[in-house]
Amino acid sequence: MGDMFRSEQMALCQMFIQPEAAYTSVSELGETGCVQFRDLNCTVNVFQRKFVTEVRRCDELERKIRYIETEIKKDGIALPDIQDDIPRAPNPREIIDLEAHLEKTETEMIELAQNEVNMKSNYLELTELRKVLENTQGFFSDQEVLNLDTSNRGGAGGDDAVVQHRGRLGFVAGVINRERVFGFERMLWRISRGNVFLKRSDLDEPLNDPATGHPIFKTVFVAFFQGEQLKNRIKKVCTGFHASLYPCPSSHVEREEMVKNVRTRLEDLKLVLSQTEDHRSRVLATVSKNLPSWSIMVKKMKAIYHTLNLFNMDVTKKCLIGECWVPTKDLHVVQKALSDGSAAVGSTIPSFLNVIDTHEQPPTFNRTNKFTRGFQNLIDAYGIASYRECNPALYTCITFPFLFAVMFGDLGHGLILLLFGAWMVLSENKLSRIKGGGEIWNIFFGGRYIILLMGLFSCYTGIIYNDIFSKSMNLFGTNWVNNYNTSTVLSNKHLQMSPNTSAQGVYPLGLDPIWQLADNKIIFLNSFKMKLSIIIGVLHMIFGVCMSVFNFVHFKRYSSILLEFVPQILFLMLLFGYMCFMMFFKWFKYNGFTSNQPETPGCAPSVLIMFINMMLFKNTPPLSGCKEYMFESQPQLQKAFVVIGLLCIPWMLLGKPLYIKMTRSKQVAHVKHNGELTGNMELAEGETPLPTGSTGNESAGGAHGHDDEPMSEIYIHQAIHTIEYVLSTISHTASYLRLWALSLAHAQLSEVLWNMVLSMGLKMPPYTGAIGLFIIFGAWCLFTLAILVMMEGLSAFLHTLRLHWVEFMSKFYEGLGYAFQPFSFKAIIDGEEEE
Amino acid sequence: MGAAVLPILFFTSLWAAVGIGGSIITPHGPQRQLIQCILMLTAGCCWLFWLCCYMAQMNPLIGPRLSRRAIQIIADSWNMPIKEG
Repeated sequence: MGDMFRSEQMALCQMFIQPEAAYTSVSELGETGCVQFRDLNCTVNVFQRKFVTEVRRCDELERKIRYIETEIKKDGIALPDIQDDIPRAPNPREIIDLEAHLEKTETEMIELAQNEVNMKSNYLELTELRKVLENTQGFFSDQEVLNLDTSNRGGAGGDDAVVQHRGRLGFVAGVINRERVFGFERMLWRISRGNVFLKRSDLDEPLNDPATGHPIFKTVFVAFFQGEQLKNRIKKVCTGFHASLYPCPSSHVEREEMVKNVRTRLEDLKLVLSQTEDHRSRVLATVSKNLPSWSIMVKKMKAIYHTLNLFNMDVTKKCLIGECWVPTKDLHVVQKALSDGSAAVGSTIPSFLNVIDTHEQPPTFNRTNKFTRGFQNLIDAYGIASYRECNPALYTCITFPFLFAVMFGDLGHGLILLLFGAWMVLSENKLSRIKGGGEIWNIFFGGRYIILLMGLFSCYTGIIYNDIFSKSMNLFGTNWVNNYNTSTVLSNKHLQMSPNTSAQGVYPLGLDPIWQLADNKIIFLNSFKMKLSIIIGVLHMIFGVCMSVFNFVHFKRYSSILLEFVPQILFLMLLFGYMCFMMFFKWFKYNGFTSNQPETPGCAPSVLIMFINMMLFKNTPPLSGCKEYMFESQPQLQKAFVVIGLLCIPWMLLGKPLYIKMTRSKQVAHVKHNGELTGNMELAEGETPLPTGSTGNESAGGAHGHDDEPMSEIYIHQAIHTIEYVLSTISHTASYLRLWALSLAHAQLSEVLWNMVLSMGLKMPPYTGAIGLFIIFGAWCLFTLAILVMMEGLSAFLHTLRLHWVEFMSKFYEGLGYAFQPFSFKAIIDGEEEE
Repeated sequence: MGAAVLPILFFTSLWAAVGIGGSIITPHGPQRQLIQCILMLTAGCCWLFWLCCYMAQMNPLIGPRLSRRAIQIIADSWNMPIKEG
């Protein structure tokens, strides 16, 4: 059978790889993405595994790459995007090169950063000094005759003492943060008991702090004092308040000279700073070209070493042993990868693959292409299929869009969905490269084929429902004629057409357009859509029950076909299949043209009432002139169906447990018999019997290991299954009525939008109405897209999903498997990009 | 019975062509079974849907109830003039 019919066959393999060839072999395997390795070192601590040092090396390289990436981002250089040319994992020589490169670049970046900080603080000091010199111009202009600068004088105590003696004022000049100025002033006042005179002037532009880069407002101050002790105290206060002091000569000439000096030094420093910036940009630009490919190479390397840590070193230390799950179809690919790996290293001893038998449940692997992946994800979201169980995703490809379309049937809205889906599919190459789209976009883009198909089917059901934005199309001419004459028409506000006189033939494609103009449209549509929903629902469920046969045949549980499938299908078909038959029969039998009274529309019985009467063995007396039943022998047939259906219930309930009990007792008897023959071996009552051929198959492949369950469990299990199934036939059949309900809601919403919004715009007077129509059309479009397409679409999607998961898949699906997660570089890199 | 032979024949043969004929002529390849399954399911679902709609209108039990305005509009646009009298 095809690929998607059931999951692929998996083989458990043992790999023997030479240690020299290990790295390259695993690299080749990662490129193919076909194997899932099992951890053979579960008991070993992560830090004690064989390749821990290599993993640490990779971590170190990753750290360096991350650092360089942040620096590149800070400078705003764009990293190139490599989509097509993904590099392979690096070989040992390339690793050493890579390490050297990254080391060099990192140290260079750190050095440059450090130098920059140093130079910036230097720059700041010089700038502050210049500001001090410029701003204190005013303070000293009247004092300059007195040569006051104490800080420039040598520090010889004698001089100061002389100054002090003479009672001169000394001063210190500096710069302080503006917010600290008042505290500073208060402190100076306190320590000097008011003997310090502070003059300050605010700087207009903020200066940049070298460490953080934030602009800070500062103030220039000059503090005048008398005496040596006060000077020391002032200096201590300045240090406390983080004020920077600068030597400021008081004589005008010296100050001018100093200012010129400082200016030239500032210019030089600016030049050096800009050159450093340029150098840094150049270094980063050269690195940025290779950085993405280096990053991928390091990721691959790390993944390889993590995988190698899962391997076991054999006793003779001659080779590495690994265990893995491989799809049977891909065994040759794996062989080739292993031989490529050995060849790359030039190893003479080849690595080989050994398939081993196992009773463990293998992982479930469904090979999907870009079309089927979306549908497979929908099914997997409910539960991963058990190993080699039938895969519902194959049928979901069509039944999902179809059931959606039954609920969404509108040609206009379907066209919108179709166009959206088609745009995404046609430009999928371009759109798949978008990385930062967000989760909602990823969901829509991932489901592009689903949306395309939903749109296609919605267009079809829209044509059949004859509904395009709540209007009908008249393609073939209506088949209802008006037989009333002018006077009748003019004298009655409403006229009902009678089917026996007015109906002439059937509209060939879909619903007759006259119903859109009729007041009692909903009455007719309800009957049609309800019957349609039940017919579709019963067919879908019968399909689901039949799927279980394929599972029974594959897992060789032939007894279950007779004990589970037959009663289930009989129950479903005899009761609900019969109801569908009644619906079809009613469509045929009762018409308006007949002269036979019981066949006229007035006598048509309700299918629901007939069904209820059938189940309860009741009778409803018919109207006069009408017959109770639709055909002869209907009452007998119905009774027979109900009796058989009721018999199916104990069949389902007891059939399988009794069979298991019989086979078990036969087994024990068989073994006991053997025991007596071979001598005095006494087998205890509850001893596990040796597996014989027939019962061994019971547990093969499936998740039911009946050999070890006690009988009471089996009875309870089966009782639950039976009750669940019987009740679900009724509840799920009724549940399919949501197909009717949602399509009614959609049609009504569409009509409301037309009547209340767009038709108002069309009824407006001309000229002003043109502008009004323009605005109203915009509102109509907005509501159509937001409410009818988005909201109703999501709602119908959800209900269809529920119908599949609960009503369809509960009839046959187990869903107890685990997914196949191969070691694949592509998956690792894509997964990391999403984060 | 309001049913006519031609539409039934036409649509049944159309979906049979899509489902059965299409399945036969799909080119051999890795996706052949998937495409066959899709074609058959599509044909089955779409034919059933059309059939239910057709059969529901074959022998209608009620007729449309039109307002006076609607009858007048139909008489004009759909070329169904009202009888004199």
